Amino acid sequence: MHRPSTRRSLTLAAMAAAVSLLASACSSGSTGNAGGGSSAGPQTITYWASDQGSSIADDVKVLTPELDAFTKQTGIKVNLEVIGWSDLLNRILAATTSGQGPDVLNIGNTWSASLQATGAFLPITPAVMSQIGDTGRFLPGALAATGAPGKPPVGVPIYSLAYGLYYNKAEFKAAGIAAPPTTWDQLVADGKKLTTGKQWGITVEGASTSENAHHAFVLSAQQGGSFFTSSGSPTFDTPQNIAALEQYVDFIGSDRIANPSDAEYSNGTEAEQDFASGRAAMLMWQDADASLANYGMPSSAYGVVPVPFPASPPAGSQHVDSIVAGINMSVFANTKHQAAALQFVKFMTSESTQIALNKAYGSLPSVTDAYSDPAFQTPDDKVFQSVLASSAASMPAIAQESQFETVIGAALKNLFADAATGKTITDSLVAAQLTTAQQQMQADG
Amino acid sequence: MAAATDVSRTPAAPAPAPPPAAARPRRWSWARVRRAGLPYLLLLPAVCFELLVHVVPMLVGIWISFKQLTEFFIRNWGAAPSAGLDNYRFALNIDNAVGSALLQSFWTTLSFTLLVVALSWFIGTGAALLLQDPCRGRGLLRTYFLVPYALPAYTAAITWEFMFQRDNGLVNQVLVHELHLTSVAPFWLIGNNSFVALVVTAVWRTWPFAFLVVTAGLQNIPGELYEAAAIDGAGMWQRIRRITMPSLRPVNQVLLLVLFLWNFNDFNTPYVLFGNVAPPQANLLSLQIYDTSFENWNFGSGSAMSVLLLLFLLLVTAVYLLLTNRGRNADA
Repeated sequence: MHRPSTRRSLTLAAMAAAVSLLASACSSGSTGNAGGGSSAGPQTITYWASDQGSSIADDVKVLTPELDAFTKQTGIKVNLEVIGWSDLLNRILAATTSGQGPDVLNIGNTWSASLQATGAFLPITPAVMSQIGDTGRFLPGALAATGAPGKPPVGVPIYSLAYGLYYNKAEFKAAGIAAPPTTWDQLVADGKKLTTGKQWGITVEGASTSENAHHAFVLSAQQGGSFFTSSGSPTFDTPQNIAALEQYVDFIGSDRIANPSDAEYSNGTEAEQDFASGRAAMLMWQDADASLANYGMPSSAYGVVPVPFPASPPAGSQHVDSIVAGINMSVFANTKHQAAALQFVKFMTSESTQIALNKAYGSLPSVTDAYSDPAFQTPDDKVFQSVLASSAASMPAIAQESQFETVIGAALKNLFADAATGKTITDSLVAAQLTTAQQQMQADG
Repeated sequence: MAAATDVSRTPAAPAPAPPPAAARPRRWSWARVRRAGLPYLLLLPAVCFELLVHVVPMLVGIWISFKQLTEFFIRNWGAAPSAGLDNYRFALNIDNAVGSALLQSFWTTLSFTLLVVALSWFIGTGAALLLQDPCRGRGLLRTYFLVPYALPAYTAAITWEFMFQRDNGLVNQVLVHELHLTSVAPFWLIGNNSFVALVVTAVWRTWPFAFLVVTAGLQNIPGELYEAAAIDGAGMWQRIRRITMPSLRPVNQVLLLVLFLWNFNDFNTPYVLFGNVAPPQANLLSLQIYDTSFENWNFGSGSAMSVLLLLFLLLVTAVYLLLTNRGRNADA
């Protein structure tokens, strides 16, 4: 269309000049940031904390006195940033890619194997473990959820959590139910009694992929199923897994003990609010105490028992009623302050810090010696302790764990949507969702 | 577009040069280079930033699409092994779940985009025409209409998310409890209606832009044309059809293209409305790409999907410009 003009060739020349300018700017930039503070002056480490309290401001309030104590003890300053759960994994991913991250950070323990595969975190070898003062203090179950088996873990547990069944005492009494359910048949029967007009038997977050995946994992184990073979390849569409998913979706489907609107709950607060306000009588949750108090429900109004089991366990059924939930603390492999970072980990897992922080957050200490504190001897805490000690299982420790949660969570979200909009949930419908999920998992894996 | 207008002009006349230089055209002179080079020097920072912000990331994205960039390599992504065309084969293989889901969401995205563009254009043009003649409160109304455009995307979409909630949302409050249109509250964020919710939110966000652009276009139509038409006895529809629409044609040509490209790529609206996993009925391509990259950590495949999206949009743009320009040249 156009003849090449002098104008155009000049433009090209200018572009070429710009490119070379840019290239040189890039190459000189990479040498510009040597780590500061390693020799002179007080050291400063950066700590990314996860959001454990009722808000980020609440977390800062809880953590600051502990960090001050650490600075007083060691002279190391801690630069705190609390990051919400919706951002944390993406921030870690960005830090991993760029190599510019914090020195110490919290991660959800189900991410351990995935993040271990990136090599972003310092492996906790036996030598490192002894450096942070471990002498077999950590809870074995919680310690298992710190990486893939057979590899040095990439973190240590700091807050331990488990799922329990929360129930509203007054509503159970009003429905004439003497004791909370211990089997699923009882739970459904109780749920039907408790479902009256504006009140529902149980509430779930049907559109939350992680909640869905956790429940699918536990229910599948109870059915004697598994989502992965021992070699790690996905086996989603088995009869056991179909039964597990169907059982969960039926709360809204054939049992009609959960509000169909639960199918669109996804932000992690809606189910808790329904339970706290009495619109639902039961809730399967981890560490709900702080939020429930925040929503105006006193701890005397509810009780906690383990999540139910099948009345007659099918063949191969495992005695599992919760995932090993919790938060781990990891050291970024790129840290320029490794010694200071490990000192900080040692401090955060020390008996007194563990007692103070877990008390504030309503979680359980990850070290055995902290349990001597009377704060962890309440009946509710005893329930979670016994679940963690005897019937909690780690989510699959595979590099694609995050993807597993997404595909299984999405399958359940779709099934919940079907049930809520009046579709009958059949085995073949569930099987089709599981087959799709498995193909997605295999294709990417 | 520049190409289209340039054709009518004299082709590529060099910039007018001062007479002494013109007498010795090939003679190198520092003053001349300085004078001719100054504009480019002034442009250089902008060009650098353009490269830094747009071109380099795009090239990196294309490069990644040929790599097996998964969680195992993100720490040192230069070491990611080459994937050849595997990422593209994976995305285009409609026999497996990912490929078929991608194809499905391509059609969903296409129908979503066409609907949103058409509705936004109609509402925007209608509103602009209504406010064309000076009337009391015109400035106020024009400002008011632009509010959705001025709101941050996240704020707007999350407000709609609250409004679409089944039990506590405003939409069901009006439909079920005030107007009694249905007895059972419908779902908007899951199931078939999720597509409607997505389109409504996107149209609400997009139409003010159409309104703004058409309003600007209307200012350029000479009033004499309307006066002449009125004297000839043309009614309002006649005037809109014979004067307004043909005069707006160049404006609409760009407007429709821009609306199409924006909505086809829209990520904020579905992500804020539905979270990381959208209902299958409202699963747009941008969300699929996000899931592949940031939920499954398969950045190679995610990039390949992005490149395919880019190629499709380039094709649409080229065909669209070719067709509309040919139409215009034929008219001329």
